[in-house]
Amino acid sequence: MSKIGLVLTREYTTRVRKKSFIVMTILMPALMAAMFILPSYFMSQDDTKERTIAVYDGSTILLGQLESNNYTKFKFIPEAEYLKIKDHLKTSDFYALLVIQPNLLNTNTVQLISASNIPFDLKYQIRDKIRSVIEKEKMADVIKQTNVPDLETRIAATKTSINVNTIKLGESGEAKKSSTEIGMVLGYIFGFVIYMFILLYGQMVMQGVMEEKQSRIVEVIISSVKPFELMMGKIIGIAMVGLTQLFIWIILGVAIISGARGMMPAAQHAGSAQEIIAQSAAQANAPAELDKMQDILSMMGSVNFPLIIGCFIFFFIGGYLLYSSLFAAVGSAVDAQEDAQQFMMPIMMPIILAILVMMSAIKNPEGPVAFWFSMIPFTSPVVMMARIPFGVPYWQLALSMVLLIATFVAMVWAAGKIYRTGILMYGKKASWKELGKWLTYKS
Amino acid sequence: MDLFSAQEVTKTYSNFKALSEVSISVPEGTVFGLLGPNGAGKTTLIRIINQITAPDSGTIWFQGRQMKPDDIYQIGYLPEERGLYKKMKVGEQALYLGMLKGLSRRDAMRELKIWFEKFEIISWWDKKVMELSKGMQQKVQFICTVLHKPKLMIFDEPFSGFDPINAEILKEEILRMKREGATIIFSTHNMESVEELCDHIALIDKSKKILDGPTLNIREQYKSNIFDVAYKGDYAKIEQQIGHKYSILAHDETGRTNSLKIQFLNGSSSGMLIKDLVDQVEIVSFNELIPSMNEVFIKVVKQNA
Repeated sequence: MSKIGLVLTREYTTRVRKKSFIVMTILMPALMAAMFILPSYFMSQDDTKERTIAVYDGSTILLGQLESNNYTKFKFIPEAEYLKIKDHLKTSDFYALLVIQPNLLNTNTVQLISASNIPFDLKYQIRDKIRSVIEKEKMADVIKQTNVPDLETRIAATKTSINVNTIKLGESGEAKKSSTEIGMVLGYIFGFVIYMFILLYGQMVMQGVMEEKQSRIVEVIISSVKPFELMMGKIIGIAMVGLTQLFIWIILGVAIISGARGMMPAAQHAGSAQEIIAQSAAQANAPAELDKMQDILSMMGSVNFPLIIGCFIFFFIGGYLLYSSLFAAVGSAVDAQEDAQQFMMPIMMPIILAILVMMSAIKNPEGPVAFWFSMIPFTSPVVMMARIPFGVPYWQLALSMVLLIATFVAMVWAAGKIYRTGILMYGKKASWKELGKWLTYKS
Repeated sequence: MDLFSAQEVTKTYSNFKALSEVSISVPEGTVFGLLGPNGAGKTTLIRIINQITAPDSGTIWFQGRQMKPDDIYQIGYLPEERGLYKKMKVGEQALYLGMLKGLSRRDAMRELKIWFEKFEIISWWDKKVMELSKGMQQKVQFICTVLHKPKLMIFDEPFSGFDPINAEILKEEILRMKREGATIIFSTHNMESVEELCDHIALIDKSKKILDGPTLNIREQYKSNIFDVAYKGDYAKIEQQIGHKYSILAHDETGRTNSLKIQFLNGSSSGMLIKDLVDQVEIVSFNELIPSMNEVFIKVVKQNA
């Protein structure tokens, strides 16, 4: 086996067998799943506490109009009783007291008094009920005053919703349905994955180099292996660790999503009245929903997946090589973690800048900011990935790739030089000037 | 025949000269002591031999021809500053280091078994390195250095961190490997072990080689006509009669026999000294004092200052 292969194998196997790797690899999708599933699960759990709310309606507008449902009951009380329980709410049977002042129509405000914290759900439920009663009331007034026949249905008929179907003209002139939403989501995901990967695994490379330097094993190793081979073996080995993790996440992710889909309908069965209303509303919208699904599918079809995935792999590897070689150089130049900070800053800045620019590039993928930052090699892996789903002219793609290749070759070369000198340099606080000098050293 | 030689090797780091036209020759099957004060350039020379760094000028010869990159498989190097991957298991790590030196997995395994049995450390195989004491780690590291049976071994302060018993075991192993034909470059500040182990030495100071040759010859070369004499008789007599001809460095009349350290000056000889002494007292023993390596080291380096 070649020596770079030996180094690579060691880097890979020792890391993949680490407990922290196994735990992270399994836990991460579980956490992500929990983040998405738990809130919706809790949302679907209904509030089943029975509450009776005393309503004192000073305005008399709402009298008898607030309908109780299974769990929330409204009881209208006269002024005498209101005055009686006003100050003894805690000891009464009521959960809360809803006070409506006579001037409700001017203030548009009611008071809900309770001894405990009032759930948001209940608050909005009451708000919506009162609003719909008042709106009906006002509507009736207007109809009475203007005396226009069928006014209510006419006004309702003016409500319109618009769908914009975006069509992208393909190279051969055929029109395909495209979607900015799909582009945004894909761009965001790909850009973000590259960003995370560079940050996490680039720093892992740096830690690994520092470990070798601090434990002083490096001198033994480089009496068998060229420093450059050691560096590249480490960088590639760690990249494979990352790819393994990514691959497992994708598989687990697909499994979890398909599993979650199976669970969803079951969760919807235990329905409250509210839920049933929501469901029937959804059913009413069903044809529209179906349309949307088909739209999404046809839009997905318009996305050039081979191109995107090819570019993703290219920029993923290019960006990682570029940054991890820099991280390796920094790791070799310092004796301790604390000293690494001053060199980390300039490396982290362009990555963080890239993710910021990416967010704006997604909104305006053709703009000058998106263009320039997708050309600069230090930001191009993240920014270009965000642009590609929207379609990028081939010359731009080619230029960006050539620039990235040229830069990472140069960076790997320079990092190799710094690394070679740095790993054997102890007790000397490396400065930028020092690093520059190392570049000119002969082997 | 020389297994290894360096000819007029020069190495400069930006504006600091680490080695300047240093030449050494290491005969096959011998132990060669590479000596010198801290910062003299020894480590740079060792790194050049290991091809960790290349000389600016000069040539390196190995087995009668110029050294090739592949020759590192014939070299075992134990650096002064050493360490192992702390979180890796002992056996796995030794296997990895052996394979980096060109052994196949099977050969490395076989050799490791022999060494681990010899040092009675089989039970360490699955331990993590950080569970071992410093001395135990050194032992493992020593095995890793010689596992691939290198023709040339370079030990930089190999005994540091060892207790006397283990240091002795190590010394035995080094001498055994020498008998079996290995050539050893040995760098240390412990001059006693130089006298004990080294056939040849070279002394480097301030980037230049200032002394080299067979250890015994060098000590011989630095003797300064001092003799240790045990006698029966009166010290005052010696002082009176021949004190003006010789310089008496020390004398002691408290033992069973009296003794003195005496040095003759230029133009005299040991024969004349004996004759002069015999006239005054009865000589019990008469030995020429050969300087220790320690004395040679200090003298030469001070002269060079």
